[in-house]
Amino acid sequence: MSLQLENVSVRFEATPPLFPPLSIQIRAGEVGTVMGPSGVGKSTLLDAVGGHLGHGSSCSGKISLDGRVLNGLPPEQRRVGLMFQDAVLFPHLSVGDNLAFGLAPSIKGRTARAAAAVALALDQAGLAGMANRDPATLSGGQRARAALMRTLLAQPQALLLDEPFSKLDSNLRAEMREFTFSHIRNVGIPALMVTHDPEDAQAAGGPIVTLEVPQ
Amino acid sequence: MALILGPSNPPTLAVLLTRLFSNPDLAMLLPASAGGLLQLLLVILAFALLWTSERLIAGIGRIWLRRGGRGLSAEPGLMAATAATFGLMLLGALAMASLLLWSFAWRWSWPLLLPESWSMRAWTSPTTGWANAPGNTTSIALCSAGLSLLLAIAWLEGEDRARRGRARWAEALIYLPLMVPQVSFLFGMNVLLLQFGASGDIWAVIWAQSLFVFPYVMIALSDPWRAMDPRLDRTAASLGARPWRRLIAVKLPMLLAPLCTAAAIGVAVSVAQYLPTLFLGSGRVTTLTTEAVTLASSSDRRVTGVYASLQAALPFLAYLAAFIIPAFAHRNRRSLKGHAFQ
Repeated sequence: MSLQLENVSVRFEATPPLFPPLSIQIRAGEVGTVMGPSGVGKSTLLDAVGGHLGHGSSCSGKISLDGRVLNGLPPEQRRVGLMFQDAVLFPHLSVGDNLAFGLAPSIKGRTARAAAAVALALDQAGLAGMANRDPATLSGGQRARAALMRTLLAQPQALLLDEPFSKLDSNLRAEMREFTFSHIRNVGIPALMVTHDPEDAQAAGGPIVTLEVPQ
Repeated sequence: MALILGPSNPPTLAVLLTRLFSNPDLAMLLPASAGGLLQLLLVILAFALLWTSERLIAGIGRIWLRRGGRGLSAEPGLMAATAATFGLMLLGALAMASLLLWSFAWRWSWPLLLPESWSMRAWTSPTTGWANAPGNTTSIALCSAGLSLLLAIAWLEGEDRARRGRARWAEALIYLPLMVPQVSFLFGMNVLLLQFGASGDIWAVIWAQSLFVFPYVMIALSDPWRAMDPRLDRTAASLGARPWRRLIAVKLPMLLAPLCTAAAIGVAVSVAQYLPTLFLGSGRVTTLTTEAVTLASSSDRRVTGVYASLQAALPFLAYLAAFIIPAFAHRNRRSLKGHAFQ
């Protein structure tokens, strides 16, 4: 399994492209990093890969996941997970229901198996017994781990990380990096991370591409 | 409003037009139409005045700021405004209380502070005929508020799915029913519906009221809808949820409180509608408001009290429900209590 971007660029209507064409190949279990100053279009690049570009934006080049071309597919069919700097847990659902939201339909129909899958994921995230909690009552680190578990339970074929550690305080940041990267290695899917923190890129250990503002 | 409070002779323009439009003499349509255009002109002039004075004040304020003007305390003005608002609300509440009191009173002669004798007669006597109006009012209010809410959700969700904002002409279209002079607009609509033989029907009234309820519901719902974190929708999509599931399982439950508030506003606006009910109902559909307006000039304050109390009770119940339902549903969800999206 691999995530491949070939000459990908994004433009808004008639304006020139946000960044020069970008190519990167990320193999299964690897975390590739795109670096660059803020405002260069890093998040927009992730929008293009995840299928979340706004009206009027268009993406050129080819994005393929395991040989499957993603260009033009709606986000729910891409099977590409998404992580932000905040956990973005659904505020109206319990922690357990948040994790169960993306479970594959084959598991979801069976209450016992779904509950077991959620319980196992909670256990791995150090959140055992917290299935019925209000997500607003979790600590920052707990929320971040719950969000990663929710994303992985949906069995994505790739993962997008948008400055995932920038809002955590420094000791928690190292812990979350280790937690996130080790899970990506275990699941064996490619991940694309955008960040402006060189430490993130170093810890990820995968290929690094730097975006620059076009002259 | 002018019908009850204004002088009846000479009448205000809107009252005069209402009379002209419903005059059996068809020749009266000509001055009525001219009056309609005059009203439109007045509305446009009023907006022009508002707009220019806003510009003027903004300009003066900017000059004052650039010249280094600072620290003018708005405190006394704000306190005066608070006191004035409080006083007005107190007056309104006292008026409501006195009407409620009147509806239970039997003998109440002038210098006495409270009625001499009490009675349920105004409420129970069938001659006051209040049985039809509350039912009509409630069903019309629920239908037009429900219809408007569905339309508003469809509109906002459509914007989300197209991933684009609202065009300016579309924004203007929402406010249009609130801007055009109601009397002539409704008369024209009634003529149209008469062609289809639909006037005088309760559905015609619901349709006409929805034209005025929808803008308020839309205004109440648009901002909370847009204030929703777009990353929640994206997260749901990346977890494999299709647009319908995102709407039903993520957006609508999160927006429960604003949805309830918008519906309650819709109910309140619908209950207060007078002209749409009168025109499109051809006088055959009676609601609490049409009855209350008719009775306002009558001498029996007991019956007026009954209608006014019922008319106030419906919106009050709607707002109460809009307060209780989300508070109960989200009792264990800290971030959805109060101003979750601000």
